[in-house]
Amino acid sequence: MKKIVAAAVLGLAMGVSGLAFAEPVKIGLITTTSGGGAGLGVDVRDAFQLAIKQSGNAEITVIVEDDGQKPELAVQIADKMVQSDQVDLMTGIIWSNLAMAVVPSVTAQDIIYLSPNAGPSPLAGAGCSPNYFNVAYQNDNFHEAMGQYANGEYKKVFIMAPNYPAGTDSLTGFKRYYKGELAGEVYTQLGQTDYAAEIAQIRASGADGVFVFLPGGMGIAFTKQYAQSGVGIPLMGPAFSFSQDVLGAIGDAALGVKNSASWSNDLDNPANKAFVESFKAAYGRLPSVYAAQAFDTANLILSAVGKASVKDKDAFRAALKAADFASVRGKFKFNTNQHPIQDIYVREVVKVGDVLTNKIIGTAFTDHGDAYAKDCKM
Amino acid sequence: MQTALFIEQLLNGLQLGVMLFLMAAGLTLIFGVMGLINLTHGSLYMVGAFACAAVAAWTGSFWLGLIASLAAAAAAGAVVELLVIRRLYGRDHLDQVLATFALILVFSEGTRWLFGSFPLYLDIPPLLSGAVSLPGGAQYPLYRLAIIAVGVLVAVGLWLLISRTRLGMRIRAGESDREMIGALGVDVATLYTLVFALGAALAGLAGAMVGAIQSVQVGMGEPVLILAFVVIVIGGIGSIKGALVGALLVGLVDTMGRFLLPQAFGLVMNASQAGLVGGAIASMLIYLLMAVILAVRPRGLFAAQG
Amino acid sequence: MAMRREHLVNAAIALLLLAVPLWASWAGQNFYVTLATRIAILALAAVGLNIALGLGGLVSFGHAAFFGIGGYVAGILASHAVSGAPLLGFLPGTKLMPVIWIVAILASGFVAAAIGAISLRTGGVYFIMITLAFAQMIFYFALSWPAYGGEDGLSIMLRNAFPGVNTLRPLPFFLICYTLLSLGLLLFALIRGSRFGAALQAARQNEVRTASVGIAPFRIRLVAFTISGMVTGVAGALFADLNRFVSPSMLSWHMSGELIVLIVLGGVGRLYGPVVGAALYVVLEYWLGGITERWQFFLGLVLLGVVLFARGGIVGLLAGRARHD
Repeated sequence: MKKIVAAAVLGLAMGVSGLAFAEPVKIGLITTTSGGGAGLGVDVRDAFQLAIKQSGNAEITVIVEDDGQKPELAVQIADKMVQSDQVDLMTGIIWSNLAMAVVPSVTAQDIIYLSPNAGPSPLAGAGCSPNYFNVAYQNDNFHEAMGQYANGEYKKVFIMAPNYPAGTDSLTGFKRYYKGELAGEVYTQLGQTDYAAEIAQIRASGADGVFVFLPGGMGIAFTKQYAQSGVGIPLMGPAFSFSQDVLGAIGDAALGVKNSASWSNDLDNPANKAFVESFKAAYGRLPSVYAAQAFDTANLILSAVGKASVKDKDAFRAALKAADFASVRGKFKFNTNQHPIQDIYVREVVKVGDVLTNKIIGTAFTDHGDAYAKDCKM
Repeated sequence: MQTALFIEQLLNGLQLGVMLFLMAAGLTLIFGVMGLINLTHGSLYMVGAFACAAVAAWTGSFWLGLIASLAAAAAAGAVVELLVIRRLYGRDHLDQVLATFALILVFSEGTRWLFGSFPLYLDIPPLLSGAVSLPGGAQYPLYRLAIIAVGVLVAVGLWLLISRTRLGMRIRAGESDREMIGALGVDVATLYTLVFALGAALAGLAGAMVGAIQSVQVGMGEPVLILAFVVIVIGGIGSIKGALVGALLVGLVDTMGRFLLPQAFGLVMNASQAGLVGGAIASMLIYLLMAVILAVRPRGLFAAQG
Repeated sequence: MAMRREHLVNAAIALLLLAVPLWASWAGQNFYVTLATRIAILALAAVGLNIALGLGGLVSFGHAAFFGIGGYVAGILASHAVSGAPLLGFLPGTKLMPVIWIVAILASGFVAAAIGAISLRTGGVYFIMITLAFAQMIFYFALSWPAYGGEDGLSIMLRNAFPGVNTLRPLPFFLICYTLLSLGLLLFALIRGSRFGAALQAARQNEVRTASVGIAPFRIRLVAFTISGMVTGVAGALFADLNRFVSPSMLSWHMSGELIVLIVLGGVGRLYGPVVGAALYVVLEYWLGGITERWQFFLGLVLLGVVLFARGGIVGLLAGRARHD
């Protein structure tokens, strides 16, 4: 039954997009495709382009530019896209600090920006904008979910994150829902790759659970060293350290780790099945959570393009806000601050064949919004 | 429990120091003999890690990977020396900084071109997995002890090489007088290529060993490069002994700072605040150490030459 | 002969950097104005470094510190002006560029004097590395200090104001930056031609002899280093206004390296070296970034080619050998 409804929705969406406004739409996609963080940007770019290609809408052009994970360069590219390419919409940025550099000035110039990944708290609260749509998550969400999950499992948790805004937000988010005792709270250096000192502290802390937020290479390094140290206290964290893009590099050390995300490869809905299949067919690898969010971003844009002219900003914003598309996350709608209201799942790293991936083992939150929406006056 | 933790942290500091020594030894040797500032050293570290990961994935053997890392880094070093570095010896430090800065860009993007955008997998060999019991009840990973052992072996080996062999004699001669040694009939060009390849191989070895416990990814060499420079400046540029002492000092100060500072601040403020403030100061600590040492001894602890 | 040719080359560069944005603005291509503004600002930062590096032979690998401090002065003063809360409890914020520039000069000059007082006791490679160490300290401080955004940086929602000029439009803002760049170049030329500059250059070439004729190299260098930091600091304030954003990446060692690269590309100690270097670097970055995802690879190759085959930088290539080589 569920399947039929979903298929009908999908059909409807396609039917509507058949009546699409036949006008060219230019989308500027700024993402990171060089340097150490390139894996995330490549996933966002590939999934976004896949969705556009599948729509068959030849009127849409996507301009992709690499920000090299440098805020200054991202700003320069954004200026170029606005002033020179005259794009209608922008998207693509992975990192919170780059989003903070680009988004406020872009939205102030009345360009609509859709975030496929970062969700810094200032943009969700007092700094929200009618031109800013977050299709991914508010930065605290996944950490809050882990805090909620830890309540039922552990009594004394050791928590750790790098010493930078997203890191402090992470631990704040975790503590917002976690009610038990803390065995320790440690801030590491951003970009740190050796965690022997911290692991020794974890071992000595008497914790029964460990929560870490260490994105990218930091997470790979920590998880390997943690497994090698034989400490054995159960490990958990947000999806960023245990997403498909890094699991291969961590290897079996990641097995059994619990992590939170709004999406997973095995999420059971038709849109997701089609997405995972077509992504695998097109690129020969499993999609990551970043890819899923970018795919949704593209489909959200496509749904709005079907309903309103991109030149009519008010109508187009309303069409986006309706979120009338088949999300690979199953259900998806926007909060008053134009950030997602969605379910957040707890996943476990498992091995399917000889490929490591995530499997959903529970739901931490149903229809979860964020803590900053009340500060947003639009 | 506290003593055990303290001993464990001391070992961690020692292990970080030894790893830094592998990087710094090559860097200081290259500077001492050729007078070259080599920013590419971090890239050679990365080359070692990628070579090890690729060969280990292909053959299933970490040990073959380790050999490959030495060979690949030495080869990359020799090629770079022959094509580029060779033209820079007579130049001032500025040209060297620019050229080796450019080489970092080429190496990083070239590596991504070859190996793709995603980090590679590399694990420690089964032989060295597991932990050893320490006095006081703590456990310490065997692999990290092995890194310390390798570092000690390399230090002894380098000392023997430089004080006991013909090559070492030439290296010492090159350090004291660069013009003289050519006049003595030593093939300077070959000597320089050899020294550069040796330094590169040490960096590659460090990259491979560390790659197994950290992450093998583009850009992994840059933080280590900066630390290695701090080490050789503290120790005195051109001095292997200085590099060893500087490396251990930096390793211990960094590790103990990260461990003890938040606890110290915890005595006067709440745990969350103490973690933030202590962590922030700990991240600046080694640079502070370097500034203090240079303010007192402008040529480092064991100044070899200027 | 070579001198006159260098004057011609300089005049041509100055005119070109002015003419292109004027034309672009007239043609409605505002992005090229923005690109030219970026060139002018980076050039100004490098002109500052060139005072220490080109005239004094002081290879500072930490000038990002002054660039970033200038940027943070602009960001912090603007954020206090917007929020209305006084800085440190008594200083009001401001959005007026001239005031911001003066504060940026004072702040970066103060830090440069402090760093210089310690660093100038060393020399050669030690100087390169100790300046790097100080910049790294400030970088990590900015990264982990939460009050002004830490790694997320600080946004300046509306570009700061200059009396009588609409700074929000690209061309007027470019003209402000171009004027400051010209003033920076004038300062460089004046220092180079002055007795102070002669002593500075003499100290670079022969320290012992300079000391023996009664000139203290340390004090001359300290003054030069401080002025150098001040100029780079002003450029940092402009850079923050260009991006409407300031973050610790302005303080990173990559930024210090880039500033050195700009000077070496253009020609060390040359008046217009930094301008040519900045123009080439920004245009290459933009142009290569547009054609290939692997742009950093090719940028590296181009830089390598310049250092190996165009000694004396681009200006050296165009105008012949410098007189003091």
